[in-house]
Amino acid sequence: MSERLNILLISIAIFIFVGIITLVVKRRLNEEYSFIWLLIAFIFLILALMPDIALFLANLFGTILPINTFFFLGIILILFLCLYFSLKISTLTNRVKNLTQQVALMKSEMENKS
Amino acid sequence: MNKLKHDTIIIIPAFNEEGSISNVINGCKKNLLQSDILVINDASTDNTSKIVRDLNVKVIDLPFNLGVGTALQTGYKFAADKNYKYIIQLDADGQHNTKFLPDIFDKLEKKEFDFIIGSRFLSGEKYKNHSIRRFWINIFAKFLSLLIKEKLTDPTSGCRAFNQKVLKYCITDSYNFAYPDADFLLTLHKIGVKFYELPIVMENRISGKSQYSGFKPLYYVIKMVLSIIIVMLRTKE
Repeated sequence: MSERLNILLISIAIFIFVGIITLVVKRRLNEEYSFIWLLIAFIFLILALMPDIALFLANLFGTILPINTFFFLGIILILFLCLYFSLKISTLTNRVKNLTQQVALMKSEMENKS
Repeated sequence: MNKLKHDTIIIIPAFNEEGSISNVINGCKKNLLQSDILVINDASTDNTSKIVRDLNVKVIDLPFNLGVGTALQTGYKFAADKNYKYIIQLDADGQHNTKFLPDIFDKLEKKEFDFIIGSRFLSGEKYKNHSIRRFWINIFAKFLSLLIKEKLTDPTSGCRAFNQKVLKYCITDSYNFAYPDADFLLTLHKIGVKFYELPIVMENRISGKSQYSGFKPLYYVIKMVLSIIIVMLRTKE
């Protein structure tokens, strides 16, 4: 793995790390979601500091370039993230629906009384 | 709990139907006297809500547009809360002829069946429908009939009526509010609901735009097939 890729990975990791912590501090991001992003930053850091892991994985998956291993794993990770968000959105949609219905029903009830 | 005027409630979900809603309501008032009427206004941007209020009919306004399934479920929740025995639902666009309401009510009251569907295709009279849409509805109907071992011709009809047994299911979170059609009927079949199809003559839309236009039918077909498969995979409900 090239030096430049190493530096890039470390910078990205630091960028994510600082960014996420800032967002949590400012309460723009829930702590619950920050964990997953910090984990990603951590993985980047590990790969940058121990390039042997990347080579090992490249061997394991049969990819010639270690960078392709990153792409491959990265895409899988993003897919899982998307699935996770879809799940969350489903729950939220349900809750919003139920809440909205309740508000509408209560409002009509109040109209009746007044 | 408020005192009921009637045992039956007609639920009409409406989204921007100012051109046709008064006709539908007047038709209901004329043809089925022994029922209350409830319009669920799904955040219409026109005068639908005001027109209904002026007719002295109960309206529940949703704060933002949530789709016909959710609007209907709001009505179901209201009906369950007020302990209505029979629920009839109609489209607000005026395509369901209200003169069939007494027939539907009679069928329900006899208690032989739990769920009455007003079928557009049983009567033999031709309803000017989009031929592609008609084709897909037909496929669904055939497929669904096969699954529930009972002949249904119009599973996507918006004209439905049912009793408290069905209502109980409709107010739970299991109710598929995104597309309460074929998979909904299949789930009901699984919990032992008995269906009956009644021929109703359709009117063509008085005004407004159908919810199924553009690319929606294709999405609808895919979604429906998927939903049916999922319902079949669910073991307990």
